Amino acid sequence: MGLGLLVVFLLSLLIGRYPAPGLIAWERLTGDELAQRLVLNLRLPRLLTALLLEMSLSAAGTVFQLLFNNPLVEPGFLGVSQGAALGAAFCIVFLGGSAWAVQGLAAISAFAGLGFSYLLARRIRYGGWVLRLVLAGIAVSALFSAGLGLLKYMADPLRQLPEITFWLLGGLASVTWPKILTTLPAILTGLLVMFLYRWRLNLLGLTEETVFSLGAAPGRERLLLIVAAVLPTAALISLAGMVGWVGLIVPHIARRLFGADARFALPAAMLLGGVFTILCDDLARTLLAGEIPLGILTSFLGAMVFLGSMILQGVRVQR
Amino acid sequence: MSERLLSFTEITFGYDRKKTPVLAGLDVSLAAGHTTAILGPNGAGKTTLLHLALGWLKPWQGDIRLAGKPIGAYPRRELGCWMALVPQGEHIPFEYSVLEYVLLGRAPHLPPLAMPAEKDYAAAFDALEMAGIAALADHSLLALSGGERQLVLAARALAQQPRLLLLDEPTAHLDLRNKSRLIGVIRDLKAQGVTILMTSHEPEVVLAVADDVLLIEQGRLLACGALDQALTAENLSRIYGLPVRVLPLDGRKQVVWV
Repeated sequence: MGLGLLVVFLLSLLIGRYPAPGLIAWERLTGDELAQRLVLNLRLPRLLTALLLEMSLSAAGTVFQLLFNNPLVEPGFLGVSQGAALGAAFCIVFLGGSAWAVQGLAAISAFAGLGFSYLLARRIRYGGWVLRLVLAGIAVSALFSAGLGLLKYMADPLRQLPEITFWLLGGLASVTWPKILTTLPAILTGLLVMFLYRWRLNLLGLTEETVFSLGAAPGRERLLLIVAAVLPTAALISLAGMVGWVGLIVPHIARRLFGADARFALPAAMLLGGVFTILCDDLARTLLAGEIPLGILTSFLGAMVFLGSMILQGVRVQR
Repeated sequence: MSERLLSFTEITFGYDRKKTPVLAGLDVSLAAGHTTAILGPNGAGKTTLLHLALGWLKPWQGDIRLAGKPIGAYPRRELGCWMALVPQGEHIPFEYSVLEYVLLGRAPHLPPLAMPAEKDYAAAFDALEMAGIAALADHSLLALSGGERQLVLAARALAQQPRLLLLDEPTAHLDLRNKSRLIGVIRDLKAQGVTILMTSHEPEVVLAVADDVLLIEQGRLLACGALDQALTAENLSRIYGLPVRVLPLDGRKQVVWV
């Protein structure tokens, strides 16, 4: 499977609309300086982001679904996605919206969303810990999306509103090396922690007293994993905008194919997510002369693949 | 008097400081190697007592000691190697196989980031064997009946290889065959020297496995001691508030309440 990912990755480097739609010929790559620059400075960082983006979102989705013992949550739901969106829109409307500022503020407000949800959950006097976090997440997301609506309403409809809309649709066109490199430490740390925890994750989804009886610290270890899951998610949403709901469905597909044990399902979700987004991004770049926003494609194809895998019977890969 | 493995001294505990405590002034200890059953009406504080024994709940007052050492002084992982819990139920929405789930019982024996190795699989298979559900190893948890699930929970605790096993109404969802199977498991564990603390609403199960009983009524200890002395018609009638008779039948005691 890792091999499949590598092949897709390399092929995708060569696919594009320069000099003509389709694959770049190898001779051109070795001879044409423009082609080299194109591949190294535009396509490579972009592909790398696409890869990391979905690896992180899918891994974080798997982690969240297990931790919250709920197959319907996704990494952005604790106020993270809406937080990032509000931050980005705020920056576009009031702070001029230079790319760096948008990215920075989106990341900061994504974490603010998480922190806000967490603090709110501690104050709620109703239900168990998981329910409180979910409720807090929903409330915070709703507040933020109200704020986002207000900002959209206030935005200059000719200049700022389209910018907000495009940011929300998600895309990888503006990704450059320096942008990736600044977020790379956060992304890799989060991915590494999740990967190392892949077996123990199974345990953290059980009821708290059972987790305790198995010698673990339910509160502390869950918080660690939530942060590890949100860190790359926030970093990447800030970079690529809202590339929606793959974090929700890739984990389901991975579990469907490889079983529920996160030891296998988590790495599988990472790889599947990586392949899936790269393919979506290839389509986004090549289908039309202009670029299709990535978020549209991931949602559309994601929903199709998801439905297909759930309707077909007995799909299970030997591991 | 035999060696005491777990002792509660003057335990008072409640979930809400503004209300009356759930357990008050409880003084009791478990003999090593014995099977002790906690009996009491719904809401008497039986599960709470199990969670206190686990170290999960901390008492407002009093002292809980495991093998002579305060339970709070044990590192968590060491506690996990000491004792295992079989809860009343566990909500799992994902399609784990029975083996994958039972394997989780190995967690306290592994360093935090380690993966289960061959000997852990062996322990998990032994546990499945012992619970009599080895044939279900590859089945999905979601496809099992309630009774089979209960046995899987027990197998997960067995894979933990505990010296003290806490069981919360282990026979609640079981049919007669599985009930007798679980009684067999408890007897096997006892033969291996495992100390067992269990709650139960079923006097016939208690009569079949327990050495000692604790009777709790509204958070207070009504009686405790050897099965024959404490499980009397008078005590049972009092905690359940209806006439209960204890009759001999084929040389064994039977509890009759209807």
